[in-house]
Amino acid sequence: MTVHTASTDAPVLPEVRQRRPRRRADSSRHSVTGWLFVAPFAVVFLSLLVAPLLYALYLSMFQKSMIGGTRFVLFGNYLKAFSDPSFLSGVWFVILFSLVLIPLQMIVSLAVALILDQVTTWFSRFSRLMIFLPYAIPAVIGALMWGFLYSKNFGPLAEIFGMFGQTAPDFLSKNLIFFGLLNIVTWQWAGYYMIIIYAALQGIDPSLYEAARIDGASQWQITLRIKVPLITSALVLILVFALIGTLQFFNEPQILRYLAAGTIGPDFTPNMYAYQQAFALANYNYGSAISFALGAVVFICVYIFMFVTRKRGSFL
Amino acid sequence: MSAATMAGPARRARRKQYLPLQVLLGFLVVYFLIPFWWVFVNSSKDAAGLFGGGSALWFADDVDYVGNFIQLFTFDGGIYGRWLLNSALYAVVGGVGATLLAVSAGYGFAKFRFAGRRFSFAVLLGSVMVPATALVIPTFVMFSQLGITNTIWAVILPTLLNPFGVYLMNIYARDAVPDELLDAARVDGAGEFRAFVQIAVPLMRPAIVTVLLLSVVASWNNYFLPLAMLSDNRLFPVTVGIGLWQGIASANNAGGTSLWSIIILGSLVSVIPLVIAFLTLQRYWQGGLAIGSLK
Repeated sequence: MTVHTASTDAPVLPEVRQRRPRRRADSSRHSVTGWLFVAPFAVVFLSLLVAPLLYALYLSMFQKSMIGGTRFVLFGNYLKAFSDPSFLSGVWFVILFSLVLIPLQMIVSLAVALILDQVTTWFSRFSRLMIFLPYAIPAVIGALMWGFLYSKNFGPLAEIFGMFGQTAPDFLSKNLIFFGLLNIVTWQWAGYYMIIIYAALQGIDPSLYEAARIDGASQWQITLRIKVPLITSALVLILVFALIGTLQFFNEPQILRYLAAGTIGPDFTPNMYAYQQAFALANYNYGSAISFALGAVVFICVYIFMFVTRKRGSFL
Repeated sequence: MSAATMAGPARRARRKQYLPLQVLLGFLVVYFLIPFWWVFVNSSKDAAGLFGGGSALWFADDVDYVGNFIQLFTFDGGIYGRWLLNSALYAVVGGVGATLLAVSAGYGFAKFRFAGRRFSFAVLLGSVMVPATALVIPTFVMFSQLGITNTIWAVILPTLLNPFGVYLMNIYARDAVPDELLDAARVDGAGEFRAFVQIAVPLMRPAIVTVLLLSVVASWNNYFLPLAMLSDNRLFPVTVGIGLWQGIASANNAGGTSLWSIIILGSLVSVIPLVIAFLTLQRYWQGGLAIGSLK
């Protein structure tokens, strides 16, 4: 494609010329153009991601007090955060929550996707759409809807359990809120993950199944030995997203706070705690430190995860 | 699809075999739709119907959608309609902006070699892992120094950032836009910008629709960012607005009862636009959502 440019700056070595000069010439010609296409995004990236991150780091190194004014404390806020029971209990909660939620979500979405890949009727197509639908619902509204369903005042649980002479579980109580939230988040995201897995399954070459069947593989073997291994990269992608999302848990507990008075405190998750520090107490320095520490926790968790599941050619 | 092309008896056999699976799917559909059903039924009730002890999953004697609608859109000077428009504005401007940036950058990364390309792309991939909420507090402080908190820009500008969109566009453009075609255009004298707009963009359309849809949804559903940035309730998007009402209604249990019926109808109305968008754009997103996972 760039024969003429290649010959203008023809290097001395003829063998090398065969391979290298094409790219060289190419790169010098395209260098500026490539940057021009990337530049608008780069500006946004630098000003709204890099700058705030650095700024958060900067803010987090100061402490504001009534008497002393603002003073530089380097990592003082981080030392404070990692010995602050409110922050630690929040971190512990989101980690525990992820450990239960993510496998559950994965199993549900993988199972549904496998069923939908197998059963091809109008009803399965309809189900696919309906199961996906909660993804289109704002987390706030989803939490609110389930909050209504859990509610003692106007939820159906009392009614349903009453039919069997049982008292309804209160998912907004301290003991069960974990499961109440687990249900909401699974409901909200399982369909989205299912669609990603389903699309990956649809991308598998069907002749593989034929070959396996001729070799005498059962449907189960085809599912477990062919389908699942071939969609590993989709599963890894989903896991990473679920992990990032869950560690930043904010919307659902924030909304349920009002409905479940007393169950969910302002330090329920690290993000809620950071929000409270920054916007209710105007302590931006400590709020930034918590945000940044949480960001670091997310980054480390994802990295550990990527390291454990490292697979050639997968996402990242 | 494949069932339809099969021979009659085999097809019937498969159908039967899958009956248990279909029943299972039926249960799942009920589970996933129950909250919608609850909201649909209960937005027809007034306070008496809601708290009167009737069935929570069926209509009360007095079905009054119209009355609740009027109340919803006239309460507090019709603020709910404003919230809907705000949500639409943030979602459209933010979503379209984010998509334009992602398409251009994804194409740039995919089709050009330039100094610092590898490094920038590595940084970009790393940034996908930065939790969006970690940026809200420092961005708020930055914006307040610039004096743009509590304006529409405080919500729209951060929405423009979508590193994952760039990643998706890059993957898609790499395969969907052949270099030969671009070279042919260049030989024919088309400038780089024209080659991009007239050749690359049409080829990237499925990925563009997907990124657009994802950005619009993310923006429409956003809560933390506008909650932090905005204090004037006339600028709220519908998520923050309903959250506000819900807080008020929960706080004064008895006095807030009349608010509940408009909160419920308000929730229903707020989900309609995206549900319609997803149902009508099915053919685009169903394939598009897989882009990131097939690689």
